Amino acid sequence: MNVQALVEIAYLVSASLFIIGLHDLGSPITARRGNLRASTGMFIAIVVTLLNKSIIDYQIILLGLIIGSILGAIAAKKVKMTAMPQMVGLFNGFGGGASAIISVGEFWMSKEDFIPPYMLVTIVLGLFIGGITFSGSMIAFGKLQKIISLKPIKIPLHQYFSVSLFLSFLIGSGYLIMLRREPLIFLFLIGLSLVLGILFVIPIGGADMPVAIALLNSFSGIAASATGFVIMNNILIISGALVGASGIILTRIMSKAMNRSLKNILFGVFEDRGVSFKSEEKNVNSIGIEEAATMLVYARSLVIVPGYGMAAARAQHVVSEIAEQLEKRGVEVKFAIHPVAGRMPGHMNVLLAEAEVPYDKMYSMEEINPEFSRTDVVLVVGANDIVNPVARHDVNSPLYGMPILDVDKAHNIIVIKRSLNPGYAGIDNELFYKKNTMMLFGDAREVCTRLLNEIRQL
Amino acid sequence: MVDAIITGLYIFILAIFVGFEVIRKVPPTLHTPLMSGANAISGIVLIGALVTAGSQEKGALKILGLLAIILATINVVGGFLVTDRMLKMFKRGRE
Repeated sequence: MNVQALVEIAYLVSASLFIIGLHDLGSPITARRGNLRASTGMFIAIVVTLLNKSIIDYQIILLGLIIGSILGAIAAKKVKMTAMPQMVGLFNGFGGGASAIISVGEFWMSKEDFIPPYMLVTIVLGLFIGGITFSGSMIAFGKLQKIISLKPIKIPLHQYFSVSLFLSFLIGSGYLIMLRREPLIFLFLIGLSLVLGILFVIPIGGADMPVAIALLNSFSGIAASATGFVIMNNILIISGALVGASGIILTRIMSKAMNRSLKNILFGVFEDRGVSFKSEEKNVNSIGIEEAATMLVYARSLVIVPGYGMAAARAQHVVSEIAEQLEKRGVEVKFAIHPVAGRMPGHMNVLLAEAEVPYDKMYSMEEINPEFSRTDVVLVVGANDIVNPVARHDVNSPLYGMPILDVDKAHNIIVIKRSLNPGYAGIDNELFYKKNTMMLFGDAREVCTRLLNEIRQL
Repeated sequence: MVDAIITGLYIFILAIFVGFEVIRKVPPTLHTPLMSGANAISGIVLIGALVTAGSQEKGALKILGLLAIILATINVVGGFLVTDRMLKMFKRGRE
């Protein structure tokens, strides 16, 4: 058997390990093993690639691998769990950037030769998706890292501008493919793909970032597939397609959970409605720490609903401890997690896992919603729009139709919140004015710490 | 060569379907590790980068190849390590 056949078989093994690995990621019990399997697949693929005859210069490869590994390992070790969305965003961008560079390389390497049109098609495609993924992810990173404003930024005639740039890209590619290989036009295409990526992400608002990150994740996969077509390598095509599929699924879950169509998120029509809600005087029940602690301790069942406000106040460890204390006293404690409670899909689960909340105490929206009517107390920590009952019945509300956690159906609700200010959507929360809702005002961490001390004394 | 592209398209489409089937079953709890793990897998472009950088080309192309290797390696190594770091934290409750 020749070397090439062995290499191909090794790639097949890698692809299988990726699929098995992703499958194992389907359960918390097997997930670590799955990640290990996928990384083994990657290792095999890298090693056999080095057997490629066209590789002559191993020094530069070694240098790149060492630098990349060190930087990657440091980033993985240092990153805070709250910063996971940025990190994944950044890595998406790196993958996309590498794809774009490979397309550029393929274009230039075939300097003298005539490049067949189908090859140019794949090169241009790889450049396009890779370039957009790179610059778009950098913007997403900048926004999440708060280097760039989280608010949607729009230039005049944004959509028209994007569309005309896209058309220019098509025309430029057509010229390259049909007529002749013109390096200047290729440079122009590089620039266009980068600008398009920026224009694509910059109008997306901060709260829509989970969707943007999931979509860019999908793009980074598709970019890898496109590169697979450029260098005619099946393992790239397969792996890229897997990641692309995963990103598409997560994008759909996220946009559904936000009750927004993808088009709506991308082309941002979530207008600032100003103070459209009636700010009439409404009665709010507030509750003191002691009373709240008593309620919690004597409840039979408690559901804790964390929102991003909890993570922002770094209160997750205290909340986890409250849950532990209450469980010791026989309270049945569950955590209800809305799909968009964090800043990326599943983010809140990771934050809670870090705070040592066992994963079997975390319930998804579908699992927990039927249980609220049988729940004694719900404790809402730093969540707002995702528990607003308006979404179920007020046809005129922008939240209408968004799937929410039905906490208002519980017997008693305690809401920990700084003030009555409306959430991201700018909509007043009906939950706060219900008879069985009690507001516990203050900073989430401070309030929870006091609550914990009180519970300990009871 | 065109045949290879057609075969590639077959593989691409089939892999997308496999991806849908496998990933649909991942529970919301694991969506972040899934994303960062998938992200690491998309670092497979590293293979393309190795070929670009390792070729006999000189000058700017070499630098670009090196850059592509660095970016893709960060993606791969960082992605798998951070996924493992997250998954380590997922623990079952005491019964």
